[in-house]
Amino acid sequence: MPGLGGRMSTVFKAKISRMLDRAEDPAETLDYGYQKQVELLQNVKKGIADVVTSKKRLQMQSSKLEQQVVKLDTQARQALAQGKEDLARMALERKTLAQTELQSLDTQINELEGQQEQLTENEQKLRQKIEQFRTKKEVIKAQYSAAEAQVKIGEAAHGVGEEMADLGLAIQRAEDKTEQMRARAGAVEELEAAGTFDDITQLGPAEDDIDRQLRELTSGNQVEDELAKMKAELGSGGGDQPALGKGEKEESAG
Amino acid sequence: MIVRVAGEGQYRLPNGDADRLNELDNRAVSAVEEGDEARFHELWAQMLELVASDGNAISDDELIESDVILPPRDVSFEEAKGEFTGDGLIPD
Repeated sequence: MPGLGGRMSTVFKAKISRMLDRAEDPAETLDYGYQKQVELLQNVKKGIADVVTSKKRLQMQSSKLEQQVVKLDTQARQALAQGKEDLARMALERKTLAQTELQSLDTQINELEGQQEQLTENEQKLRQKIEQFRTKKEVIKAQYSAAEAQVKIGEAAHGVGEEMADLGLAIQRAEDKTEQMRARAGAVEELEAAGTFDDITQLGPAEDDIDRQLRELTSGNQVEDELAKMKAELGSGGGDQPALGKGEKEESAG
Repeated sequence: MIVRVAGEGQYRLPNGDADRLNELDNRAVSAVEEGDEARFHELWAQMLELVASDGNAISDDELIESDVILPPRDVSFEEAKGEFTGDGLIPD
């Protein structure tokens, strides 16, 4: 069988033969294999923990941004109420920026969460398999010490060797995937850390980079629309009331 | 015949399935060599389907060597490519 299965089988069998050839004491080899599996699974677990930590930090960043959005909105209203339209516009620009950032951040967090769940599920399955392997290796060890039915033991040894190789492959893949996840989560975090939102609710002199980004955003209508809406709300006598369109209701009331 | 799906477990299949599995496998190899990812996934799914429909899962306490070992269910196209250039899933 030369195809996928053939190639895979050949690689597996070569690995098992090497392992069995090397083994002076099969019991020791099996114990070592088991130890190795447990250690490797620890790496997987640690990797998942790192991903979770990254996710939590991003979630904190997200709620901070949410607070900033609220704060900037309030500041815009206050500025407008005091007739400082430029300041209000600036606050709204920053609010828009924060909202965009928040959206992308939440998407990343959701993705991280989904992948973290998969990794965890995988880790649990592997844990069960390693436990099964532990039982099997004890059976084989008992057979070896009994030193009976050599042929049958040989076959069983190949069977357990295959299990070991298979488990090794599964753990290795889990570790690779976890490592990829960890790298991705770390990259997102770094991006956030280097981000522009440390202190954007401070309406002081802005940094160049923020200014540039804000100018880009101003080309959109969102800020102006929001400003107009806010004005209408303030004009209608209460900042917390919804916009009243052309204000017919008020005219008829007055 | 005994077939293992790597990372999953072993199945006992009727010997008559060997040819069918082999044929699918060879076509999957061709798809990989031609860089046809969609066809590879389709054929790979058919191989797994054959194992699932005809195979009986071998219990965990039975220690037996497989006749054929298939790659993990979620094998990627990239990984499958590696299988044929010798840079397979399992490093030494």
